[in-house]
Amino acid sequence: MPQSKSVRLASVAVAALTFVATLSVTALVVSPAASVEAGGASPQTFTRRLTPDQYKTIIADVFGKDIRIGGRFDPGLRVDGLLEVGAGEVSVSATGMEQYDAMARSIANQIIDDKHRRLLISCEPKANDKPDAECATQFLGTVGKLLFRRPLTSEELNLHVEAAAAAALVEKDFYKGLALSLAGMLSQPQFLFRHEVLEADPDRKGAYRLDAYSKASRLSFLLWNSGPDERLLEAAENGEMSTQKGLTRQVERMVRSPRLASGVRAFFSDMFHFDQFDGLIKDTQIYPKFSSQVAVDSRDQTLRTVVDHLLVRKGDYRDIFTTKKTFMTKALAAVYKVPFGMNLPNGSPDAWMPYEFSEDDPRAGILTHISFVALHSHPGRSSPTLRGKALREIMLCQKVPSPPGDVDFTLVQDTASEEYKTARARLTAHSTEPACAGCHKITDPIGLALENFNGGGEWQTTENGATIDTSGALDGVSFSGGEGLGEAVRNNDAVASCLVNRMAAYALGKKPGPVKSQWVSVLESKFADSGYLVQDLMKEIAVSPELFRVSSSNLDELTMLMPRHRPDKEGE
Amino acid sequence: MSKLHRRTVLRGMLGGSAITVGLPFLDCFLNSNGDALAATGASLPPVFGTWFQHLGLNPGMWEPETVGPNFKNNIQLEVLNPFRDRLNIYSGMKYFIEGKPLQTHTTGSQIAMTGEIPFGTSGGPSLDSSIADVIGRRTRFRSLEVSFSGTRDSYSQRSGTSINPSEGSPAAMYQRIFGPDFKDPNAAEFTPDPHTMARKSVLSAVSEHVKGVMNNVGANDRARLDEYFTSIRQIEQQLAIELEKPAPLEACSMPPSPEEAPPGTVLEDAATNAKLFGGLLAYAAACGQTQVFNIMVDSMALRKRGSAYTWHMATHEESVDDQLGYQKGVFEFNEWANTIFAEFLGTLENVKEGDGSVLDRTLVLWLTDHSDARVHGLEKVPVMTVGNGGGRIKTGMHVSAPGDPVTRVGLTVQQAMGVPVNTWGVDGNETSNTISEIMV
Repeated sequence: MPQSKSVRLASVAVAALTFVATLSVTALVVSPAASVEAGGASPQTFTRRLTPDQYKTIIADVFGKDIRIGGRFDPGLRVDGLLEVGAGEVSVSATGMEQYDAMARSIANQIIDDKHRRLLISCEPKANDKPDAECATQFLGTVGKLLFRRPLTSEELNLHVEAAAAAALVEKDFYKGLALSLAGMLSQPQFLFRHEVLEADPDRKGAYRLDAYSKASRLSFLLWNSGPDERLLEAAENGEMSTQKGLTRQVERMVRSPRLASGVRAFFSDMFHFDQFDGLIKDTQIYPKFSSQVAVDSRDQTLRTVVDHLLVRKGDYRDIFTTKKTFMTKALAAVYKVPFGMNLPNGSPDAWMPYEFSEDDPRAGILTHISFVALHSHPGRSSPTLRGKALREIMLCQKVPSPPGDVDFTLVQDTASEEYKTARARLTAHSTEPACAGCHKITDPIGLALENFNGGGEWQTTENGATIDTSGALDGVSFSGGEGLGEAVRNNDAVASCLVNRMAAYALGKKPGPVKSQWVSVLESKFADSGYLVQDLMKEIAVSPELFRVSSSNLDELTMLMPRHRPDKEGE
Repeated sequence: MSKLHRRTVLRGMLGGSAITVGLPFLDCFLNSNGDALAATGASLPPVFGTWFQHLGLNPGMWEPETVGPNFKNNIQLEVLNPFRDRLNIYSGMKYFIEGKPLQTHTTGSQIAMTGEIPFGTSGGPSLDSSIADVIGRRTRFRSLEVSFSGTRDSYSQRSGTSINPSEGSPAAMYQRIFGPDFKDPNAAEFTPDPHTMARKSVLSAVSEHVKGVMNNVGANDRARLDEYFTSIRQIEQQLAIELEKPAPLEACSMPPSPEEAPPGTVLEDAATNAKLFGGLLAYAAACGQTQVFNIMVDSMALRKRGSAYTWHMATHEESVDDQLGYQKGVFEFNEWANTIFAEFLGTLENVKEGDGSVLDRTLVLWLTDHSDARVHGLEKVPVMTVGNGGGRIKTGMHVSAPGDPVTRVGLTVQQAMGVPVNTWGVDGNETSNTISEIMV
C-alpha cells in the first residue's frame, strides 16, 4: 500500500516557493467534479492556452527556478486588446507541439538528473533499471496534481504510471521511463490548456458556475499568473472554495503574498502590449544607444514603476501617467541622459536603482518612458500616429480604424519636400485629405506632444533644423509636451474605465458581454471609491461570484468578432 | 559500396575545406551534390511552396506586354529571365473585400492564402495546409515555415486558431531538420532508436487516452482540441517515420550547420538569411524531410542599414518620380526581392536529382498583399508561379484575367497538387473557374 508521505518539490535555492505536498496518494484519486447533468443544452466550457510566462512560472513553482526552459512558444494572438483573451481562441500548431514536446523532455530530463533527482523525487525505486509502480505513482500523482491544477483521476494516474513502466522497460532505466511519462504529462492539453469545468449553480436555477478547481485556477492565474498552490487546491478539495467566506479567506491570503507582483506584472505586460518588445528593431546607426539591453531594461523599468506605485506605495492608478518616481539602470541612464551614480565592480550585472526625475526634467509618467515612445515608433523614426494610436487603444480602450484602401498618402506626405521638416508639418498636411483627416485627428494631436522623444526614446528639440512644437490636445483638453499629455491622460475619464474593463476581460478570458458589463460598471464605481487602488480592484474581482458564473445564454460569453489584426504590421 | 565511399569522402571534405576556406554557405551545399537517380527508381514526389512578399510590385513594371506563351519579362521581372520557361505570370486579378473592413496589408494576404476574409479567429486552412494534407503525409514535417526577417508571423494556418509560426533563425531551422533526430536516408545501417520507441509508446498511450478525458467541451473548444490532436498526431507520425528505415535518396546530403545569423531586419541580413534558408529547404526536400514550405519575406519592416525608411514607409511616402513614372526607391526594394527570389529558385535548381533538380518537381506560388502598395490597391494584383511540380501544370505563360479573383490561381494550384476541391474562396473571392490555360 502506498504510504502517506511528505514530498518536497523544489530546489533549495527557491525554498520560498517550495510547495509541500502532504496529500496521501490514495487521496489523489478523485474524479473532477464535472457532473453537468442539468437539462437543456450542455454548457460551454472554456479553455485558455497557457501563456509562455504562465508555463515558465508553473515549472519554476513546481520544480524550482533553476530548471532551464529552452524552446519557443507559438506566438500569442491579441484579441480585444489582450493576449489573455486571445489565449481562449488559439490552439497548438504542429510546430508549436514539436516545441512543447522538446521543452517537456528537456525539463523532465533535468528533473531526473543527478543534481535534481534526490531533491525532486522523494521516493526511490527498488531497482534503478526496472519499472517501479509505487514510486512512479507517488511522484506522478503529486506533480500531476500541481501541473493539471486538480487531482489526477485514477485512470489518468494509472495511465501515466503504466506509460512510465513501459518506457522504463524499453530504456532499461526507471528514471528515464519516469521522465518520458512526465514529459507526456507536460505535453497534454490538461497542462497546456486551462480547461475549466462547469457545474450546475445551486443559487441560480438552470445556470452554471465553475467548479472548485476551476475557480482556484482563475484566482491563481489572475493574482499570481501561475497555477494554484497546494493550499488553494486543498481549499478546492475540502469545499472551502464553495463558500464566500472561504473564497475571501483564500483571496486575502493570495493578495498578501509577494507573488501578487507577478500577477500585476503579467497583467500590465499584456495590457501594455509589451510582447512587442520581442520583435522590436531599432537602427543602431540612427539610435546608437538603443542596445538590446536598453530594450530589456526599458520594459522592466515600466513594470517596476507600476508595481512599485500600485502595490508598494498603494498609489492611485491614474498617477502612473504623471509619477516622476521610477527605476534606473546604467543602460537606461545613458538614453535618459541622467546621472547614474553607482559604484559597481566591473562586470556586475545590470543593477536597478530607484530614481526620481527632477522637477525640471520633462519626463514624467510612463508615457514618457522609453517603453512607450520607442516601442510605438519606427526603427529609425518617431511616429506621432503610432503613439497616438497606441495611447487611444492601450490606455483608453478606444479603437482607431485602419487606413482606408485606395488612398494616396504621397500627395500629403512628401518627405523630400523642403516644406515639411517636422513630423507635425508632414502630418498637418494629412488634414487636407478628408479620407485621412478623420483618423489622424484622433491620433496625431496626442502623439505630436511626444515629439521631443525620438524613436529611440532620447530627448530632441529639433528635427531637420526646425524647432519641434509639442502642443497637443486630447478630447478637448489642450496641453504641451509629454508632461502635459500625462496630466491630460490622468484626468481623462476613459483611463480608469479602460483599466477596469481590461482587468475584467483578463480575469474572465473574454471581453465582458452585456450581462457581465453590469458587473463591470459596479467594479468601476468601487474602483473610484477606493481611490483607484488596483490591488483593491483585483481583490474585488477575485471575490465576485460573477467571476465564476457562466451565463446559460452564451450571449455574454461571445467575443466580439473583429477582423484579425496584426498591429505591428501597421504603419501610418 | 563505391557510392558510400564517395559520400564519406565528400563528408570529410566538407568538414575540412569548406569551412576553413570560408566559401559562401550555398557553395558548401552545392559542392556536395550527388548526381545519381533516386535509388528506388520511383519518380520523386512533388514539392509545393509559397513565397509571400508584402507590398506588391511597381504597377506597369511587371506585367508582360503580350499574353500567352513566349512573353517577354517586363523590366521589374527581368531578373527572373533564367526561369522564364518555368514561370507563369497572372495579371489583372483582384481581391474582393465587398464592404468588409479592410485591414491594410493583412486582408489581401488572408484572401490570397485562405480564400476568405476571416472575422476574429474564424477561417479555414490556408492552401498550403490543404496541399500538405495531400502530398505531405509521408514526410517528417508536414510543412516548414520560414521568415527572412526573424519574425514568427506566417499566413500558413490549419485554421484561424492554429497558425503555423515561421522560423526566423536558420541555425534553429537546421537543428530542427538536420539535428540529432535526422535519419540519413543513405546511411548503410539503420537501427531503430529504443529511446524514440519509448517516446512513441508514451505519447501514443497518453494522447489516445486524453481524448476520452476531455469530454464536456463546447463546440469551440472541441475544434481547438481537435487541432491540438492533429498536432500531436504529427509528432507521433514524426516518431514513426524516425523508426522506419528511410528509402535512400541519392541527392540527399547533410548540409553543414549554419552559424547563428542576425534577424534580417535590413536588406543585407535578410539576403543572408534567404540564402541560408534556401539551402536548408532545398536539402530538406532532397532528403525527403518535407514537401511543403512557406516563405515569408516579411518585407514591410525591411530597410537599408542606417536608413530610417522601411520599405513600407517608402511605398506610402516616396513620390512617384516625374520622369520615370514610378517610385524609384520602391522599385529598388522590389528589385532586391526579385533577385532574392531568383537566387532561391537557383538554389532549388542546383540541387540535382538524377538528370533533374529539386526545382523540376517543385511548384512555387508567389503571392502578395496589394497591387500598388502606395494606395493599398486591391486590383491588378501580381501573382506568379514558378515550376510545374513534376509536370502538373503548363508553364511559360502570361495569363491575363482582368477583374477575376486571385483565388483562381489558388484553386488551380490546389487542384494541380491533388487537393479534391472544385470551388475555393468565400463571397466575391469564391471561384470554381480554374485556369484552364495552364492545366495539364
